[in-house]
Amino acid sequence: MAEINEETIKHLAWLARLKLSEDEIKEYVGQLSKILDYFKILDEAPTENVEPLFHVLDLVNVMRDDEPGETLSVDEALSNAPLKEGNYIEAPRMVT
Amino acid sequence: MEVVEAFYSRVEENDAKVNAFLRLTKEKALEEARRVDIAVKREERLGRLAGLPIAVKDNICVKGVEVTCASKILAGYRPPYDATAIAKIKAEGGIVMGMTNMDEFAMGSSTENSAYGPTRNPWSLDRVPGGSSGGSAAAVAARMSPLALGSDTGGSIRCPAAFCSVVGLKPTYGAVSRYGLIAYACSLEQIGPIARTVKDCALLFSVIAGRDPRDSTTLEPPRRLEPESLEGDASRVKLAVPKELVHGVDPRVEERFWRAIHKLEELGASYSEVSMPNLKYSLAAYYVIAMSEASSNLARYDGVRYGYRAKVEGDWSEVYARTREEGFGPEVKRRIILGTFALSAGYYGRYYLKALKVRALVKRDFQEILSKFDVVASPTMPTPPFKLGEKVKDPLSMYMMDVDTVPVNLAGLPALSVPCGFVDGLPVGLQLIGNYFDEERLFKIALALEDELRIYERKPPLS
Repeated sequence: MAEINEETIKHLAWLARLKLSEDEIKEYVGQLSKILDYFKILDEAPTENVEPLFHVLDLVNVMRDDEPGETLSVDEALSNAPLKEGNYIEAPRMVT
Repeated sequence: MEVVEAFYSRVEENDAKVNAFLRLTKEKALEEARRVDIAVKREERLGRLAGLPIAVKDNICVKGVEVTCASKILAGYRPPYDATAIAKIKAEGGIVMGMTNMDEFAMGSSTENSAYGPTRNPWSLDRVPGGSSGGSAAAVAARMSPLALGSDTGGSIRCPAAFCSVVGLKPTYGAVSRYGLIAYACSLEQIGPIARTVKDCALLFSVIAGRDPRDSTTLEPPRRLEPESLEGDASRVKLAVPKELVHGVDPRVEERFWRAIHKLEELGASYSEVSMPNLKYSLAAYYVIAMSEASSNLARYDGVRYGYRAKVEGDWSEVYARTREEGFGPEVKRRIILGTFALSAGYYGRYYLKALKVRALVKRDFQEILSKFDVVASPTMPTPPFKLGEKVKDPLSMYMMDVDTVPVNLAGLPALSVPCGFVDGLPVGLQLIGNYFDEERLFKIALALEDELRIYERKPPLS
């Protein structure tokens, strides 16, 4: 069984790009261990030869003609960006 | 116009106590109401919701109106478009009153996980209204709005409907477009109606339902519901009561539940107790799937394209991580971490894939029962509304509240919660689960019960 300790929480937080305070990490160790313990009940489920169900409905692909329609204007599309310059969104530096 | 004004004055009287609304759109709403008045005078064709105010959960996009998912991370976000459900409501003359409080990103069962303070239960102000659509249900219960929209991922419409003594429907997966619903767990969630009476609930459902080219998971129902001609009917209905959904329920709630079943029996229904053995795995499977989808869906909040951005200097990862640290509340972070865990190398098969296999088993259990019975019935919630603060520090005990509602979302079936009584002045709901696209049958049975019990006549003890 996976043990959740402070190191795993820190690693998962890094994977999810979440910064956590030391207090949060401590609190989560206890809470998440308890939740994962509960999830162990899944081990008992009789799932041999059962296919995973990603979607409940038997959907088929929907095709449509590729015709231009109405879209948002540049101003509308950019209206919610916290930082922008001209017609561009300002992003933090990617490569240091 | 008077109608809309009357509801706003109810909000002014009571919402300081209840905190159902996060923001109101009064000016716009009165303008719309005026337009309806003119249309009435000119004897123009009126929409089916003409002049009716609707409270909207804060995760459904209304063009130009701030929507935040009750999270700091989306503070200030104004969608440049309407959700399809909203566009349909507007096309029928419905009027958006404002945005209602919820658990942040719809993660919770009490509306306490809101960055803007909890909503209180109009029937007892020291108790929760349920969640995550707690603001919408409380607004309807407190007569602040006749109709509301919620969203239901694992019970988020039915739970607050039961706790606030109103009617709430989680539609069949694919019956209502999710376009413009801010995503939490896409394979599980649906927008749905909340109302005081079954007929009003059916009316709002009939307006928002239907296939939408903008949501490829929507389907056109085999038959259109006609709410105007809906009549209560429980005769010859075969109900199945799974022992797994009654076991462990508070005895006072269970007593009210059986009374409702016996009332339906008097109205011509029959029932059998059945067993659905895989339901006992559904809560764990639901949380694994919901958290996994959440961790992926919420990756988009990077502080770059919209919403909150931490005021720090640094590279992409630093700004991204700090934005999320400051923007998300504790329950959202918990679910992102657990979802990341369930999807990570080495655990994917054991948790995520396993949960999807259990999902197949749960669907199979329902299909088998619904081939022999018309409807599955259970209490909506295992307890009456609990006190604020009672469960918020113990997440697992909060998750346990969803034990009777989540199986429905795993299977994608429609389910309705209808008030069936009170214990010590606190509301109890009956859950009716139907076959795919069989909402009409649920409405008919619920209406038969409602006509008998007339619970909607009771008013919560507010001014």
